[in-house]
Amino acid sequence: MNIKMLGAFAAVALLAACASPPETAATTGAGTVATAGPAPGSQEDLVKNVGDRVFFGFDRSVLEAEAHATLDRQAGWLRQFQQNNVQVAGNCDERGTEEYNIALGQRRANAARDYLVAAGVPGSRITTISYGKDRPSSLGSDEQSWAQNRNAITSVQ
Amino acid sequence: MTDDLTPSRRRLIAGTAATLFMPAIARAQQPPPGGAGGGSAVIDVNRARTEPIPLAVPALTGSGGDAARIGQEMANVITNNLAHSGLFRPIDPAAFINTPTGDTPNFQNWKVIGAQALVTGRVESQGGDKVRVEFRLWDVLPGQQIQGTAYTTTVSNWRRIAHIISDVIYERLLGEKGYFDTRIVYIAGSGPRDRRVKRLAIMDQDGANNRFLTDGSFMALTPRFHPTRDEIAFMSYLNNKPRVYLFNLGSGRQELLGNFDGITLSPRFAPDGSSIIMAQTTSAGGSVILSVGLGGGGARRLTDSGSIDVSPCYSPDGTQIVFNSDRGGDQQLYVMSASGGGVRRISFGQGRYATPVWSPRGDLIAFTRFGGGSFAIGVMRPDGSGERILSESYYCEGPTFAPNGRVIMFWRETAARDSRGNGFSARLHSIDITGFNERAVGTPTDASDPAWSPLGA
Repeated sequence: MNIKMLGAFAAVALLAACASPPETAATTGAGTVATAGPAPGSQEDLVKNVGDRVFFGFDRSVLEAEAHATLDRQAGWLRQFQQNNVQVAGNCDERGTEEYNIALGQRRANAARDYLVAAGVPGSRITTISYGKDRPSSLGSDEQSWAQNRNAITSVQ
Repeated sequence: MTDDLTPSRRRLIAGTAATLFMPAIARAQQPPPGGAGGGSAVIDVNRARTEPIPLAVPALTGSGGDAARIGQEMANVITNNLAHSGLFRPIDPAAFINTPTGDTPNFQNWKVIGAQALVTGRVESQGGDKVRVEFRLWDVLPGQQIQGTAYTTTVSNWRRIAHIISDVIYERLLGEKGYFDTRIVYIAGSGPRDRRVKRLAIMDQDGANNRFLTDGSFMALTPRFHPTRDEIAFMSYLNNKPRVYLFNLGSGRQELLGNFDGITLSPRFAPDGSSIIMAQTTSAGGSVILSVGLGGGGARRLTDSGSIDVSPCYSPDGTQIVFNSDRGGDQQLYVMSASGGGVRRISFGQGRYATPVWSPRGDLIAFTRFGGGSFAIGVMRPDGSGERILSESYYCEGPTFAPNGRVIMFWRETAARDSRGNGFSARLHSIDITGFNERAVGTPTDASDPAWSPLGA
């Protein structure tokens, strides 16, 4: 019961944040408008306000529910910022062999791209690449780092 | 510096070797029959772990110019090669009673210190940059010359001649070809792991003459030697488009192989050098095995399973291909005919299998096996039987065979000990296919993805 309540509060708080764009939220006493958040449509905007990456299980390329939610937000964001083309890069953890991981990373990138296309983003706006395990986001050798590194990362080109 | 860059490297030494006149005391011997007997230096290497052969390699004597120094360095290179093979035990020069001067050694002085074989030689400056290297291999107990050869070459080739002499000693005493006159292409790694710089690099098999072939502005991976030309196939992230390229060792130029959608990766040359097999990712989410003709030939799909098919490698006779696929659920090894038919799984042990590579002798397939928190390098017969694990650790991968099929090189990584990646390293190692004599291979930077050249390349 308490947990459910917390969930509800969190959702309300998020909606509130979305309802007030950064530009209007941070008006200084002197009357000038300062930008308190990343420029809308920027890579930073994608990272902070949308979520630039989705995660996968070990040796898997299936998109879980959380990934669906992230990619839905990315699709909405890409509809909003039509000028943005993106690259989706697939990555793997260090507990696999090099060549297979390049193909696996590509499979992850393809899965994310296919989802975005199904959500209405023209395929012509998306390129894909795989870095295998050569561009880890997290540098540790532990389960937490490996989970972070099994991903597909969207970036503005 | 550019000597070993020339396309003629493989012909550099040809035509300069001459068999030496045998001194009166020595009589010609046939190549070793492959059996040990009566304390002879000639042994059968295929027996269960043999005791290393004790041998003496005094400095080659020198006359003129730099000859004495080169003679000493050549003895060092030969000693180092033979010691690292694990099949010879070079005797400490401090124990030597004299150094040979005439054509025929005083065998008693070498018997006393336990030498079964003796290497002697002479380096003579011939004016200009020409040098004549004479070498003799002796069976100490019967007091017989086993081999005598003279090489005429340029001074800068002395190290190469030392490797060739090492191969002659290896072959005459063990009855199978050596692997010392060879090079290793590999990937040199530097910088933090999230912005890792990976460059194509090449060195002699003993670590000498290390050179970086690419500048690090793009990531390079998985190089492999052409069987007969001074050419390397590798994967390059040039222009952020990961594809298989051919790198010419003579010109230093790289050229895209074909024009394919998706990523092309994991190249291997056909044994006759006329084509390459590699993987190509597909929009469906897997990868297929392609055969691509080099001289303008077309591309042919050999697999199309919808799964990830990677890391193909031909059998040395070119009739079969072993590859890695997750078509059964996770990574396993499969063998098929060179035209793509008759696919059958060969790996059935615990865990996942990857990076299969066929021995040049045809008798074994080496692989990476992993699961349960560790990685291992192993070998099995091409039908999947007789699996043996040679080396196991936190992470190791990517075996490559020496051209005689006797030694495997691979790379090993250590775990990072903190969240900044400190403690991570990647290094090359070699091991005898018997599982003995594992050694670190020295490189100036971190190193991965080794590929052994053919003999004399």
